[in-house]
Amino acid sequence: MLEAKSAPPGAPPLIAIAGNPNTGKTTLFNRLTGLDRKVGNYPGVTVDRAIGKTTLPGRGAVRVMDVPGTYSLSARSEEEQIAIQAIAGLPPNEPPDVVVMVVDATQLTRNLYLVLQVIETDVPVVVALNMVDMLEATGQAIDREALERAVRVPVVCVSGKKGTGIDELRAAIDRVLSEPALGRPGPRWIPETDMLAEDIDVVREAAPAEWRTGSERRRDALAVWALLSLTETDELRGIPGSVRAAVAARRAKAATAGRWIDAEVIEGRYGWIDRHAGDFLQVKELDTPGFTQKLDSVVLNPALGFVIFLTVMGVVFQSLFSWADPAISAVELAFAWLARISTEVLPAGIARDFVVEGLIAGVGSVLVFLPQILLLFLFIGLMEDTGYMARVAFLMDRIMRMLGLNGRAFVPMMSGFACAVPAILATRTMERRRDRFLTMMVIPLMTCSARLPIYSLLIAALIPPLDLFGFMPVQGLLMAAMYLFSTIVALLAAAVLSRTLFRAPHVPLILELPPYRFPHLPSVLRMMWLKSRVFLTEAGGVILVCTIALWLLLSFPKTPDLDVDYAGLRAEAQAAGLAESPLQARLSAIDSEESGARLRASYGGRLGRVIEPVIAPLGFDWKIGVGLIGAFAAREVFVSTMGIVYGVGDEVDEESVTLRERIKNESYADGRRVYTPLVGLSLMVFFALACQCMSTLAAVKRETNSWRWPSFLFVYMTVLAWGASFAVYQGGRLLGFE
Amino acid sequence: MLRGAINRNKNEIQSHLDMVSLRDIPPGTCARLLEVGGEADFRRRLMELGFLPGTLVRLVRRVNVGDLVELEVRGCHVSLRRAEAEQLFVERQGA
Repeated sequence: MLEAKSAPPGAPPLIAIAGNPNTGKTTLFNRLTGLDRKVGNYPGVTVDRAIGKTTLPGRGAVRVMDVPGTYSLSARSEEEQIAIQAIAGLPPNEPPDVVVMVVDATQLTRNLYLVLQVIETDVPVVVALNMVDMLEATGQAIDREALERAVRVPVVCVSGKKGTGIDELRAAIDRVLSEPALGRPGPRWIPETDMLAEDIDVVREAAPAEWRTGSERRRDALAVWALLSLTETDELRGIPGSVRAAVAARRAKAATAGRWIDAEVIEGRYGWIDRHAGDFLQVKELDTPGFTQKLDSVVLNPALGFVIFLTVMGVVFQSLFSWADPAISAVELAFAWLARISTEVLPAGIARDFVVEGLIAGVGSVLVFLPQILLLFLFIGLMEDTGYMARVAFLMDRIMRMLGLNGRAFVPMMSGFACAVPAILATRTMERRRDRFLTMMVIPLMTCSARLPIYSLLIAALIPPLDLFGFMPVQGLLMAAMYLFSTIVALLAAAVLSRTLFRAPHVPLILELPPYRFPHLPSVLRMMWLKSRVFLTEAGGVILVCTIALWLLLSFPKTPDLDVDYAGLRAEAQAAGLAESPLQARLSAIDSEESGARLRASYGGRLGRVIEPVIAPLGFDWKIGVGLIGAFAAREVFVSTMGIVYGVGDEVDEESVTLRERIKNESYADGRRVYTPLVGLSLMVFFALACQCMSTLAAVKRETNSWRWPSFLFVYMTVLAWGASFAVYQGGRLLGFE
Repeated sequence: MLRGAINRNKNEIQSHLDMVSLRDIPPGTCARLLEVGGEADFRRRLMELGFLPGTLVRLVRRVNVGDLVELEVRGCHVSLRRAEAEQLFVERQGA
């Protein structure tokens, strides 16, 4: 068990911001805190925990913490458990001094349910009544003072989007900080029957020490929480056996008496709300359907809705796939320039190589992901904020369900066709851990854009430019087939993994379709910035270290024994009395050959020979093995690594004719060609399925918070790739292909 | 045991009050919710969203492509899969 984390001495008061999903909680949080904040995970789970600061007039700085949106404090999973832990200040969380409950005024009664629960925990509460300006359009009116009289905690009208009422909210928080009793009126709902009161008593007596701090009311609230949350199948952490036993006993006892505790408590709270709602809420039936209803009749229309869906997804995909390109090229050019300058300025030697090929290349390979991460989170932010993301989950539910996935997995999976790294970061939009992890395990199978240069090179070099039936180009068909192949494998993998490793009890879908709202751009931009920062600081370190490790592997030892005396060759060329341009050509050819020889003699080159017996059954020689090792930096690096290995220089790309020719003509000692169309196919299949990407693994490490899942991902994809390539190559040979 | 009790109860109510499954009411209809069925966890979640016996529910639409239904309760729109929505029973109109 983790140590209880009490407030650091002299730390400013802690304000928690909680509420239902889609209440504008985050926007309000941003209004209060400004730019300065820390983002991390809640202890033990990968759920964002943001802490910022705000200043209360006359008091000074206070800390503000964002609690994940939830409809209820009751929990079944570790993720849902965060809400009760953060609000009741259960270890390892620090108890908040005030909880601001953000309430969507247009959905008051449902929002009040959570407010009642939080009031029961006896933590001081302030209610921020958000979106009051939308009430009229929904035919409702709220009497703030009457609501305040009913719930007996301060109620402030705010608009997170317009920024109104924020000063009043600050003043209310300040008042409650000075006089906590103002926000602790005692439970609004109390158990109506003796039997229920007895259930609560028994569980409370079994509670652990950390539940017994604070008031009697708090202990009762935690006992009620346990009665509604603990079941035989829950995934909650740190619940003592004594509490579990007490809850199980009381539930069984209730069942024999024909009672269901959950219903008694929930109906009790809603009963209180419904009895009092008449005092503060007026609802009149509207004659015409609201804006959301009209829009949904188009957006959720089976035909038109899918056209809109495909258009939106097309824009998102296009932006990741091509619009990000100029920015990516700019990052690459900037780092190439930096590398060139450093090479000129620094004295030659290992230190310079480390700076240029390790550090600069490493930082560059982290920053190169920024454009796509920013763009993807721009679209995710807009879709979440407008309410369209819930409609995506709605429309995709059936298809994704067949694969054992959540409807929300669609956007991350699709993004995987551009790049797995932003796609993996985007899995956070799913609530269940199992859904997130399963999605992360299949995203890297999607054909990302880094595989394209490899496919292009191999297809151009090895597949004859023929037309099938006179009009269908074989090269183009093969490219399309690779996309189809990877998609099918990814979907199959999802179907298999969801029924084996990620086998989980069936969870009925309960999906809220929030009203459409105009997005709040500053909040979206802030999320883009935070996600990028988290990526840079957490996944970036791993990527940097891997780049340096690869550099060590591929460029050491620095002075290998080479068979050819390249210095001698250079001197010879210079003495031959050639004209300027042939001489330069000759010299650069010698340089390329030497760097090829050096790479072949490096540790990486030796490793290529070591793994040759393993990859030979796939039709690969050890030089391809070196390329595979180099491609771990990023798949497209395979192309330039092969350029170096074959001594044609590293300035090659997939369009390079020299490299294509070199590949075509590469042969074994006995004269056989290394590359045949069959080897090319086997190599493409290998790249389609293998997890040849350290950045993907770094992103999975960051999102799962353990090395276990990236290790599993790497092993399963490599085994899959090896098996499929083996089947292609050996099967092809059995069928008589070369 | 609990399930048995509920089932007995259900039959009793059904014979007395004439309930009808959400499966059988046309889109656009508004009806009083009588019973939420299904697994305990599902029922608890729905009840916490305000789906309580006595609450008015409107069946907003059925979407056959996704096999989903959209319901409105307390001004909130919630969608469920059809198989699960069938376990929600409402008062028969005109009964």
